[in-house]
Amino acid sequence: MSETIPLLDIRDLTVEFATRRGTVRAVQHIDISLAKGETLAIVGESGSGKSVTSYAVMRILDRAGRIAEGTVTFSGIDVSTMSEREMRNLRGREISMIFQNPRAALNPIRKVGHQIEDVLMQHAQAGSQDKTDKAIAILEQVRIARPQERYHAYPFELSGGMCQRVVIALALACRPQLLIADEPTTGLDVTTQKTVMDLIVELTRERAMSTILITHDLGLAAAYCDRVVVMEKGNVVETAASGSIFKAPAHAYTKRLMRATPRPGVALSDLLPEGETLPSAPKPKTNGAAEPRPSNREPLLVVDNLVKEYPRKGATPSLAKLFKRNGHAAAPELATFRAVDGISFTVHRGESVGLVGESGCGKSTTSTTVMRLIDVSSGSITFDGEDIGAIPAKSFARLPLRKRIQMVFQDPTDSLNPRFTAARAIADPILQLGDIKGSAAVRARCEELARQVGLPVELLDRFPHQLSGGQKARVGIARAIALNPDLVILDEPTAALDVSVQAVVLNLLQVLKEQLGMSYLFVSHDLHVVRLLCDRVIVMKAGSIVEEGSTEQVMSAPQADYTRELLAAVPHPPV
Amino acid sequence: MLRLIAKRLLLAIPSLIGVVIVTFLLTRALPGDPAAYFAGPAATKVAIEQIRQKLGLDQSLPVQFVQYVRDLARGDMGSALTTGQPVAAEIRARLPASAELTLLGLIFSVAIAVPLGVLAATRPNSLIDHACRVVSTAGVSLPVFFTGLILVYVFYYQLGWAPAPLGRLDVFFSPPPQVTGFYLIDSVIAGDWGLFRASLNQLILPALTLCIFSLAPIARMTRASMLAVLASDFVRTARASGLSPFTVIYTYAFRNAMLPVVTTLGMVFSFLLGANVLVEKVFAWPGIGSYAVEALIASDFAPVQGFVLTMAVMYVALNLLIDILYGLIDPRVRIEA
Repeated sequence: MSETIPLLDIRDLTVEFATRRGTVRAVQHIDISLAKGETLAIVGESGSGKSVTSYAVMRILDRAGRIAEGTVTFSGIDVSTMSEREMRNLRGREISMIFQNPRAALNPIRKVGHQIEDVLMQHAQAGSQDKTDKAIAILEQVRIARPQERYHAYPFELSGGMCQRVVIALALACRPQLLIADEPTTGLDVTTQKTVMDLIVELTRERAMSTILITHDLGLAAAYCDRVVVMEKGNVVETAASGSIFKAPAHAYTKRLMRATPRPGVALSDLLPEGETLPSAPKPKTNGAAEPRPSNREPLLVVDNLVKEYPRKGATPSLAKLFKRNGHAAAPELATFRAVDGISFTVHRGESVGLVGESGCGKSTTSTTVMRLIDVSSGSITFDGEDIGAIPAKSFARLPLRKRIQMVFQDPTDSLNPRFTAARAIADPILQLGDIKGSAAVRARCEELARQVGLPVELLDRFPHQLSGGQKARVGIARAIALNPDLVILDEPTAALDVSVQAVVLNLLQVLKEQLGMSYLFVSHDLHVVRLLCDRVIVMKAGSIVEEGSTEQVMSAPQADYTRELLAAVPHPPV
Repeated sequence: MLRLIAKRLLLAIPSLIGVVIVTFLLTRALPGDPAAYFAGPAATKVAIEQIRQKLGLDQSLPVQFVQYVRDLARGDMGSALTTGQPVAAEIRARLPASAELTLLGLIFSVAIAVPLGVLAATRPNSLIDHACRVVSTAGVSLPVFFTGLILVYVFYYQLGWAPAPLGRLDVFFSPPPQVTGFYLIDSVIAGDWGLFRASLNQLILPALTLCIFSLAPIARMTRASMLAVLASDFVRTARASGLSPFTVIYTYAFRNAMLPVVTTLGMVFSFLLGANVLVEKVFAWPGIGSYAVEALIASDFAPVQGFVLTMAVMYVALNLLIDILYGLIDPRVRIEA
């Protein structure tokens, strides 16, 4: 492999960005080379410069970014000195790219078939006579069912996995030699991730293409790539064959990344860097914080036969009424869609229950219903002996019960008011529902909470955009525990975080639970993350529970086919 | 698509009913006594009372309202007290004048503002970007009557390029046979190019005045929306696929960026239609705006009611048009309908 001329050779590459605070070097003197037919993974956490490297190769950096030093040689030609016109011929025809968030990567108001045709026509791969046939043929190659029909579809009419297939079709339309896949499966379900990745590997192998896979997921890199490049803060810290790098990581950062990745057979505390324990949270004071509650098997939350129905798209009641003549009205069974279809489960005091399933399975609907943000269609939700399902969501917000059920949201950035400081965000529930009066007392409570969640007190006066992802997650957690709730619903609290930050946040959640005696309802799509934190797991599919049991039992001896499928779809580094 | 149009039309009915009621009540609440005004300063109390009876103003409000609605259903908007002319005929004659002026102003404005906004967005902080900012700020901060007067001063008085600002046509011409009421279109239909030129000459200055005023919102919206779209993921995909700059900017970015601009256009048009009173005054334009203001000053119910109702109908029609345009641009809107 090494004696042949590499297809892509990056030498001493430095990329700079002009920002308001001066020039920032996103990538510093990196060397990466890729042989023909090779599959290479670039692995790193956010800010490591892995995406910037690929943009530099394609020369599609933002206006503020530029290649400051070094060369990028693609089959013997220096890309960094090419004219824009030559570069355009290279893009899409020789090197193409797949992006994360496939739905946003497609033009929302152009038929997918036409978008594929645009690329074919641009690179003279099709004329106006045969472009439609060729576009349909490409859709067929990426295994899109009924390609003639999908040719006329708009991106919003397709699922996320289907959109990613279209993006792959765009990228492979002109049979390029190199494919750069930038987090191609982030945001997709694990089973979809598997089919998309298998498809990419199959198609690129078939065409003897080289592939660069950019990912934060070590498991994905190990499962699909020949070689792995690990990047940290704009530097390449390690390059090795994927078979060996996980067995014997040489660099400290690689080791740390490996440790932090949830995988079978490790405990929660194993995720933290060696010799490091969680920054110890101070013992809660007796006055403000809750007394430790006994974690006996007393049920806290009982959900019984819960149903949540939504009207189907395009069949809003008012419209149906308006157009009800000639008996054309939609049949009643079609008029509603059951997002949650009669599920029952119990969360005991001091227990953590995981709610797992893929997008659209109804797990978020379940959690928001339990949170009493939306009304139930039928069934009951009993919280500490009281039927809260019967209370309308509108009036629940003002009841004292509201204090006892709190939530940590998925996106730490979007769930914080950008105009509130961290302290104001944490104080918000206290001001709305708490019994602490006086700004000094509220401030003291905020500081206490900040210490509890390991947020430096001096950061309390910062705004969300001045905090890192992990710090924002801590603010979200502090806000949720501010009123000493009995039940906290965690809605994918670490999905947007890097693995090393995720490891710390998961450990923090575990410590807090033990200290404050809370119960968790942990909503996630990742069984391996859920396993670390939860005593019991509920697996949902299409609005129903397919399996429920203790975490160990579900993970080691899954009963339902669907659970097995989910477990098998998650790629893992060979440990 | 037809469903969307039908739904919009159905939704417009309650608002039109509301407009009928509110305009009726508002005109009744206006200060001043139409009977006294109509009778003249020297009239006796008895004479005023007689006129009041003749106008039906001695009846109770509900009775007056029923009468008003009944007339309206027959297409009768009443007659202006000051001129004695039927309001419906007057509006029919004047509305095309205002509409032609406003439309032409808007067309000028779009023709300048949209390319300006696109150029500014594709070259941020360049000369053209700064020019865009200066032009739009200046345009919006100068009052319409002022720009109008400046234009008249420069192009009529100083340079003599423009004809006298005295209405829709020079005195030497007579209007074309009415088909649409738009002189430009009617003169083309009649095949009279001299007339076309004459009416265009009259139109250019007032239309330019409106254009300058409406440049700012359109240019700024185009620029902002283009900037947002150019930074989006799908434009990056298009660039990464090697598509030509023209395809990226026009087919991918511009069509997406048009959505908010179309909304702004609708708002600007309806705003201009009602607010071009000043332009009509400056250029002695026989439009609907000046008609309504004169009626309002004279406490003349019928024209004011007719004006507000016409504007409401226009507004509904315009919104419908924009929704249809939206549906044509954005397939997602079609599905929701």
